[in-house]
Amino acid sequence: MSLKIIKAGVLDTIQDLGRYGNQRLGINPGGAMDKFAMQTANTLVGNNLSEAVIELHFPASVFLFSQPALIALSGADFSASINGEPVANLHVIAVNKNDALQFHRPVNGARAYLAVYGGFEIEKWLGSGSTNLKIKAGGFHGRRLNKSDELPFKCRNDFSALLNKKEFRVLPWLADTSFPDDSKEILVLPGNEWDRLTVTSKEMFASTPFVVTKQSDRMGYRLGNNPLSTVSTEELVSSAVGFGTIQLLPDGKLIVLMADHQTTGGYPRIGHVITAHHSRLAQLKTGDGIWFRLTDQQTAEELLLKQNQHLLQLQNACTFRLQQYLQKHGY
Amino acid sequence: MKYPIIPYRIFPLGDSALTIDFGNVIDEDVNNCVFASFHQLKQHSLPGIIELIPAYSSLTVCYDVTAFKKKAHNGKTVFESVKEWVEEKLHEQFSFNEKTPAEIKIPVCYAAEFAPDIEQLARTKGLSTEEVIEIHTSKSYKVYMLGFLPGFAYMGEVDERIAMPRKQQPQNILPGSVGIAGKQTGIYPFASPGGWQIIGRTPLKMFDIENENPTLLQAGQTVQFYSISKNEFENY
Repeated sequence: MSLKIIKAGVLDTIQDLGRYGNQRLGINPGGAMDKFAMQTANTLVGNNLSEAVIELHFPASVFLFSQPALIALSGADFSASINGEPVANLHVIAVNKNDALQFHRPVNGARAYLAVYGGFEIEKWLGSGSTNLKIKAGGFHGRRLNKSDELPFKCRNDFSALLNKKEFRVLPWLADTSFPDDSKEILVLPGNEWDRLTVTSKEMFASTPFVVTKQSDRMGYRLGNNPLSTVSTEELVSSAVGFGTIQLLPDGKLIVLMADHQTTGGYPRIGHVITAHHSRLAQLKTGDGIWFRLTDQQTAEELLLKQNQHLLQLQNACTFRLQQYLQKHGY
Repeated sequence: MKYPIIPYRIFPLGDSALTIDFGNVIDEDVNNCVFASFHQLKQHSLPGIIELIPAYSSLTVCYDVTAFKKKAHNGKTVFESVKEWVEEKLHEQFSFNEKTPAEIKIPVCYAAEFAPDIEQLARTKGLSTEEVIEIHTSKSYKVYMLGFLPGFAYMGEVDERIAMPRKQQPQNILPGSVGIAGKQTGIYPFASPGGWQIIGRTPLKMFDIENENPTLLQAGQTVQFYSISKNEFENY
């Protein structure tokens, strides 16, 4: 029971919710860039929210399944197909032996997720299956997936009875991930050095769009912007930074730290993208605009809570549907 | 020693962490206070506290908003609740007598091919490269914190005569490189872009994922560098 990479993507890695408790040693948490999408994929196939999945960047790998399996896709829409037939995100798909899953073009978003029922059989490092590329640890041998890699599944169930000789089957329900708030705005809490910005720069931050430049990856996004100015340039001794921390570089440009961020830094922290909007941030690609707006602690916490409640509801609904379906088919 | 001894300020670091700031300084007493507070909070940790990140003069507390929100019905933000917990725990008198790990001696080869910036540093400071090596190895340094990269130890403080600011343009730095930034000295465990002035390289493995304690150095430890030849480096 496994899937095999028959053509390698540009950067496909095993990721989960991240590796916590080791930042005091300089070991960053890593984990999926879009944790909401990653968890959604897990809910569909009945996994724990924290189960490791494959994070895909475009161009993504081509996968071949060795046995029938249950899978789900979420996050970015890379126009997926199985054996050439289009399949949509946010469904459970029963795939058959020798089915090929591939991705044709980036329609929207930057990172897609592939979960399998039961999860992948991988070795954890410091409690997490996430791939840390810098130190070559965790995930699949601490590296991105290459051609001919074979990822075994934990689950040994034979799902062939679901397929009835069909090539593959899309199960008849959809995870509803839509929110009432569909704006592109990214909410930001002011950072400790927010007041270093001049009045004009503060206004500029909240009123002009910023652009994600080519120098953007899992570590951070460099933003294209007119340089912001400060009233103070006092040097900072290094202290902790996090996913979503917006740092002001000496040239007045901004960098937003992402999943593979360093644990500590010494640049002014002018803001922090709220956790509930990390998912939105993670789906931006080179050339996309970012509209920041300041918010307060209360709002940030409430939005995060709402997002987590939404996930739990999804999990309940999806688990119920899947169990019912499997029971009906004799599992 | 009884703690806390230094006034502090708490600010939110986004919506899922807060930082206890003991002042923007590199100072041994302040740093001891950070680690005493780290142990105090660790000892009295609560469910929902994810991790504690000590740095030079600050301690960051990462927490799970959802876990705290479930408990709180008093209209307070989770930030306020966690802040109150921190203040309560730091208000108690606590002591900190953890045994400091033994001093460690670190071999460094200061040969030009491993030390792209040593000549420029020597010239800027009006020294010979031998004098730079002599000064860098003449005293021991304290590991103030680990951060930035896995196992990267921030140490200090170097003698004023060899202190030099970071470079404007980051360079690609190789694993084992020993550098200077201001009065700090440090060792890159992994290849990374960085602005530190590189004056040598150690053959030691600074970070080993196979090891249960993957970092060679620990915060609080004392480090003494000693100079080795290129031949010794290659046969280490």
